[in-house]
Amino acid sequence: MRGGGASGLRRRVLPGFGLSLGLTLAWLSTIVLIPLLALVLRPLELGPAGIWASLAEPRVWAALRLSFLAALAAAALNLPIGLLAAWVLVRYRFPGRRLLDGMVDLPFALPTAVAGLALTALYAPNGWLGAPLAALGVKVAYTPLGVMLAMAFVGLPFVVRTVEPVLRDLPREAEEAAATLGAGRGQTFRRVILPALAPALLAGFTMAAARAIGEYGSVIFIAGNMPMVSEIAPLLIVVRLEQFDYAGAAAVGLAMLFLSFLLLLVLNLASRFWRPA
Amino acid sequence: MRRPGGEPRVEVAAEAPWVRRLAILLAVLVLGLLLLLPLLAVATEALRRGWTPVVAAITDPDALAAIRLTLLIAAISVPVNTLGGLAAAWCIAKFDFPGRALLLALIELPFSVSPVISGLVWVLLFGAQGWLGPWLQERDIQIVFALPGLVLATIFVTFPFVARTLVPLMQEQGRSAEEAAATLGASGWQTFRRVTLPDIRWALLSGVLLCNARAMGEFGAVSVVSGHIRGETNTMPLHIEILYNEYQFVGAFAVAGLLALLALVTLAAKALLERSGDLARLRRPPA
Amino acid sequence: MQGFPVSRRSVAGAGLVLGTALAGGARAQGATQLLNVSYDPTREFYRAYNALFVEDWKRRTGQTIRASTSHGGSGRQARSVIDGLQADVVTLALAYDIDAIAERGLIDANWQSRLPQNSAPYTSTIVFLVRKGNPKGLRDWGDLAKPGVAVITPNPKTSGGARWNYLAGWAWAQRQPGGSPQAAETYIAALFRNVPVLDTGARGSTTTFVQRGQGDVLLAWENEAHLAFAEFGRGQFDIVYPGFSILAEPPVAVVDRNVDRRGTRAAAEAFLKGLYEPEAQSLAAQHFYRPRDPAALAAAGDRFPQLEMITIDDPLFGGWRKAQADHFEDGGLFDRLYRPGR
Repeated sequence: MRGGGASGLRRRVLPGFGLSLGLTLAWLSTIVLIPLLALVLRPLELGPAGIWASLAEPRVWAALRLSFLAALAAAALNLPIGLLAAWVLVRYRFPGRRLLDGMVDLPFALPTAVAGLALTALYAPNGWLGAPLAALGVKVAYTPLGVMLAMAFVGLPFVVRTVEPVLRDLPREAEEAAATLGAGRGQTFRRVILPALAPALLAGFTMAAARAIGEYGSVIFIAGNMPMVSEIAPLLIVVRLEQFDYAGAAAVGLAMLFLSFLLLLVLNLASRFWRPA
Repeated sequence: MRRPGGEPRVEVAAEAPWVRRLAILLAVLVLGLLLLLPLLAVATEALRRGWTPVVAAITDPDALAAIRLTLLIAAISVPVNTLGGLAAAWCIAKFDFPGRALLLALIELPFSVSPVISGLVWVLLFGAQGWLGPWLQERDIQIVFALPGLVLATIFVTFPFVARTLVPLMQEQGRSAEEAAATLGASGWQTFRRVTLPDIRWALLSGVLLCNARAMGEFGAVSVVSGHIRGETNTMPLHIEILYNEYQFVGAFAVAGLLALLALVTLAAKALLERSGDLARLRRPPA
Repeated sequence: MQGFPVSRRSVAGAGLVLGTALAGGARAQGATQLLNVSYDPTREFYRAYNALFVEDWKRRTGQTIRASTSHGGSGRQARSVIDGLQADVVTLALAYDIDAIAERGLIDANWQSRLPQNSAPYTSTIVFLVRKGNPKGLRDWGDLAKPGVAVITPNPKTSGGARWNYLAGWAWAQRQPGGSPQAAETYIAALFRNVPVLDTGARGSTTTFVQRGQGDVLLAWENEAHLAFAEFGRGQFDIVYPGFSILAEPPVAVVDRNVDRRGTRAAAEAFLKGLYEPEAQSLAAQHFYRPRDPAALAAAGDRFPQLEMITIDDPLFGGWRKAQADHFEDGGLFDRLYRPGR
């Protein structure tokens, strides 16, 4: 690796390319690539027709659809909330700001199962929030809405933490110029600030969605797990494992991986077009 | 995650005070409802019968074994991912080579892999029915359903944290400082320690702490590779599940509270570090 | 920058720790250890029985042994053993799960005839747990399929107990006057239309019913119903015995390949044989498992009401393998219930 790299890129002054790339590749292949290869190759023993048959069931489609739609909806819900939180944290000084700042990382840190249990306890029809909502006729726990809520919980920090640094580095001059030119604050926000934040928002959206699609621990308790209605794709993997159907489980896993990668690709391409000149 | 300190300047471009207050109120309200309330629910459930059962649940031998195991797993996985993350950030941010974007995408991949899959891959690889299973069994080496499997699953799940925090920052910082140092004859290690590290240490620490928090809290992936043997292969999150399934709700939420507390300490440490990072940056003369 | 956490030494140390951890993965071989891989509702019973056995083994052989258990959904536990969990004995919810282990060559194919009574030292059945006073008046299986009744049961695809629930209902419908497979299918479809939450395991369903206040009736193992009844206050629930149910025979087996390699066969066999001894039998009765021993059953008095029970080997089911294929495999009857357009 080192020899090839050095001859190809002669102008490099800094040392350590070979070492760091070697380390990275070793780390990446042992932990991520080889295991994922096992996942990719396992369904192949079914043959292409077998993989298709194992995936072309309405129940699989329904689960994949729920996982992806709920994840996208959760990420979309996280956009305004995340933007608001990032804005308040960066632009304003108020008592308890540091506390609020620390709270944002809570979903990263709280064990997913605990989050799931806590959310279910809160939003069940006899919970603190579930009871008043039930009185209004809104059912959260054991419905797709609950799935989305749990996903929003795990994804929120991604949006806040990607928007925050960009917002902090945003040059104030443009805003000031807009204000001097007579733009109202709302106008400035829409025309100047929002476009500048768009790539970061999109990146945060992408990561929140990606994380939510695969989420299991915090969703499983609140989902209700009804086939065709509130059954998420990771649960389907577990269901197939219970039937000792390794290849079928890996097939669903592979489909999820493929679809997430596709989603990431589309969103990354979108962000490239979006980038302001 | 750079944080220029100091008070915000008084702006021409600023919101009306009522907008400001409303925004703060709204943010506090929404975040409190979405994030803080679940934590409060945990605390309430745990303290339902006072402190005595909480202490009893935490000092139970099986709980202590779970706490030890969780800390051990974090102590192994976090350094591995820190080292890997540093190496990845160094080669991605400081060098141009084809496939850089792909490498970065692959490093981020574990974020979008379902935790169930993150555990399953190790079973497919090292399980008795897996690729290497028979070979391992002949030699009586146990990987899944033992510590190594738990560690590997945790490393997988927390894989991108350090690299993800470092890469954007190091890319933004460029490489001129390091190149200058190298031209002046500093060795690679010296350059890294004297030039790069001071600039990235706060981001590095924040990445490490997030990685640690996630490593301690992971449930889905370790659940697949654990085997669930009481006092042996149960991590704290798994022990919580067991207690919960035994209708020991107070105990379950007590251990959950302890785990959340560990996570909160981690987050507080991160906030403190970032704060002192701000101060350090203020003291340093501007470049 | 002295004293920064990432020093050469700590990096080397971390590598060393990882190396030893990966290399030293084999389970420590010290005092003999017996691992019992079991399913969810047996936690309390095996905790008590482990203590009993350890003491008994010490008295008989002078050896100190450690008995540990692992609990989880029956299917998941079987899979863990297949994937290499070093179980000495398995005590699962269904013979089907042990058959699955046997199919991979870890257990002798004739395992079920090695111990008395189908290798099931205790039995159980499926009963209804209802809210206090039984406000919906649920007495038998037919009541569960009525409109407006909410039934809580775990998912038969992931829970062994839920399969017994499902099969009991299916058999009941077949046994009704004019019963037929079609009628049973219609009944099961109506029953599962009344299910608002399908948890992955029996314990999850109990929590949903008891803690979250969901549903009018919980289909549960007899022992689970009694445990929930004891744990959560008697003022809140009633146990209803339907006129007809299924005889659940949770089987036990020694995992031959593991005990032969680990040299624990004697202890493992003694562990399972001991389950049939009077002391263990009355312990089972205390934990609301129906003992096989007539004396223990008599001693339990009216704890276990008599009711008509069908077994899995009845021609209606034709054994676990057939029942599993007919009802629970992908594309089986249970999946068809949830086909759209139904």
